[in-house]
Amino acid sequence: MKKAVGFALLAAALAALVLACGPAAPKTVKFGVFEPLTGANAGGGALEVEGIKLANELYPTVKVGDKEYKIELVLADNKSDKVEAANAAQRLVDKDKVNVVLGSWGSSLSMAAGPIVKNAKVSAIGLSCTNPLVTKGNEYYFRVCFIDPFQGTVMANYAVKNLGAKKAVIIREVSNDYSVGLAKFFVDSFKQLTGDENSILAELNYNTGDTDFSAQLTEVKKFKPDVIFAPGNYTESALIIKQAKELGINVPFLGGDTWETPEFIDVGKQAVEGVVFSTFFATEVPITETSKVFLDEYRKKYNKEPAAVTALGFDGYLVARDAIQRAGSLDKDKIREAIAATKDFPGAAGMITLNEDGDAVKSAVIKTIKNGQFTYMATVEP
Amino acid sequence: MTLSLLLQHIVNALSLGSLYALIAIGYTMVYGILRLINFAHGDVFMLGAYVAFYGITLVSLPWWAALLIAIVLTAMFGIGLERVAYKPLRDSPRISIMISAIGASFLLESLGVLIFGGRPKGVPVPEVLSRVIRIGPVSTVVISLIIPLFTFGLLAVLVYIVNRTKTGMAMRAVSTDIEASRLMAVDVNRIVSFTFGIGSLLAAFGGIMWSFKYPQLNPLMGVMPGLKCFIAAVIGGIGSIGGAVLGGFLLGGIEIMIVAFLPTLSGYRDAFAFVLLIVVLLVKPTGLLGKRQTEKV
Repeated sequence: MKKAVGFALLAAALAALVLACGPAAPKTVKFGVFEPLTGANAGGGALEVEGIKLANELYPTVKVGDKEYKIELVLADNKSDKVEAANAAQRLVDKDKVNVVLGSWGSSLSMAAGPIVKNAKVSAIGLSCTNPLVTKGNEYYFRVCFIDPFQGTVMANYAVKNLGAKKAVIIREVSNDYSVGLAKFFVDSFKQLTGDENSILAELNYNTGDTDFSAQLTEVKKFKPDVIFAPGNYTESALIIKQAKELGINVPFLGGDTWETPEFIDVGKQAVEGVVFSTFFATEVPITETSKVFLDEYRKKYNKEPAAVTALGFDGYLVARDAIQRAGSLDKDKIREAIAATKDFPGAAGMITLNEDGDAVKSAVIKTIKNGQFTYMATVEP
Repeated sequence: MTLSLLLQHIVNALSLGSLYALIAIGYTMVYGILRLINFAHGDVFMLGAYVAFYGITLVSLPWWAALLIAIVLTAMFGIGLERVAYKPLRDSPRISIMISAIGASFLLESLGVLIFGGRPKGVPVPEVLSRVIRIGPVSTVVISLIIPLFTFGLLAVLVYIVNRTKTGMAMRAVSTDIEASRLMAVDVNRIVSFTFGIGSLLAAFGGIMWSFKYPQLNPLMGVMPGLKCFIAAVIGGIGSIGGAVLGGFLLGGIEIMIVAFLPTLSGYRDAFAFVLLIVVLLVKPTGLLGKRQTEKV
């Protein structure tokens, strides 16, 4: 008797399962959120996810043709690791069958996903990954931010024109394509601006996850530079600057967009006061109507000031949604073409027009840290 | 290289090496008694640092009280971990207990991500410990001077316990032959718990010191130090407490000097540590101060 009841229950459960999976037509459009949620870059990933989620709350549906679809976010943690990133991207396109991928914070992680989205013909929109190689030669990868050749020039200009620097030392996170690439563009530009081939005194390396930089910094002491350019992950960079102060190095530190995370200030504390870096967007200078909407809603929800990459997360979502609406179809190639054709789209972090590489051409913002807050200094046009 | 730079490098090397040594002692203690490489050591290290962090930030304890409480709690946790993950396997083949250790390590890391969150946290370092000291051209922070003192102090205490006390005698007996010690009325469970307690206490202390020196916490922070200190323990001769200290200082020194003398190779500094491990295992598998073990059949 017991057995029969059990069997009946099992059969009922199976029937329910079959029914649930029954109709094949998708009811939702899936956006894969491909971000580091754990590991060394988790702070950056979390900021972008905030922006994406906010956009999803404000604009939860997309119109394809005359049908309204709900947009579902599928989160995939790439664990700040290149191998895991490839796995996570594969899962998004194979198992979750997402219509579009957003992310990732960190150029190396995005580059790991490059061949996968390309093979699956699923379009991906990078949010704040700035290495040119993310989109170069990959017609399925786009991004809503500027790229490092521009960012490197901005900071070299700042070093030479505003600080009057003649000699610089570079500290690179050698396992990170973003850091190595940005350092190279800075070096090229710095040499050109100073007209001195020997103006870069040294390029020192470290690895993601390192905590002790005393040996590299003792070397820096020997060179007595005017400025130190140290683009890299936020925690490592904060520790570098802190340890430099402890060794008595009082040279200005310059960096890139990855520094704008709360963890950078949290770890660096007083040591990071006065550092200068380039980034994408400042809340002090809203650019478009969308900026205002974004700022109001973000402040209302989180009761704090958003980071630049959060605005880019918001923008990436909107660009994908807008493209699907214009494509009028969920066909992979139609979506790709629609994203590539994005022109004068009003994003929170500025107008977005994608060039032939799939990159947005935008102005950069220079920020510093004052009294433990990120503070706007200047806007630089491309 | 000028003398002052060299001096600075030596100070850096001693301060890094003493941290490695401190953590390596814990590894070697457990191995010496149980012949078990406790892969979860690095995660116990992480746990200690987090408990102290929450003690300071959430409960707003003074840092020294948070440190003491964290050490005690983590030591108790270590004893519990042994009860749950290792004790049931004590009579199984050695490989099973090692796999269990790896499992415990992953479990702790994943729990860390769940409970503490994947984002790094900045540690509020007490003012006294982060003060900068300058002696001529060489500068360092107070914490870097305190760590070596504690390392040597703990080394002395442990050597005393193992060689001069009754518990130590029992520990040595258990390390030679568990069955025979049981027959001689040694309370094996108590000795093993004691060993794990000490090992976890050292891991927690090391973790807290680490987080005061490099004020950043994340749930995977124990992985690299764990591996490095394992290497240090092997170099020195795993099972030998003095060897662990020697290995820690050697590893710290080599890492700093590689960057100092071969700056272009500084990105490969972790790789050097692992190459060193392989070389030691090939050339002198017992390590510098290790005793040759005759294989029991």
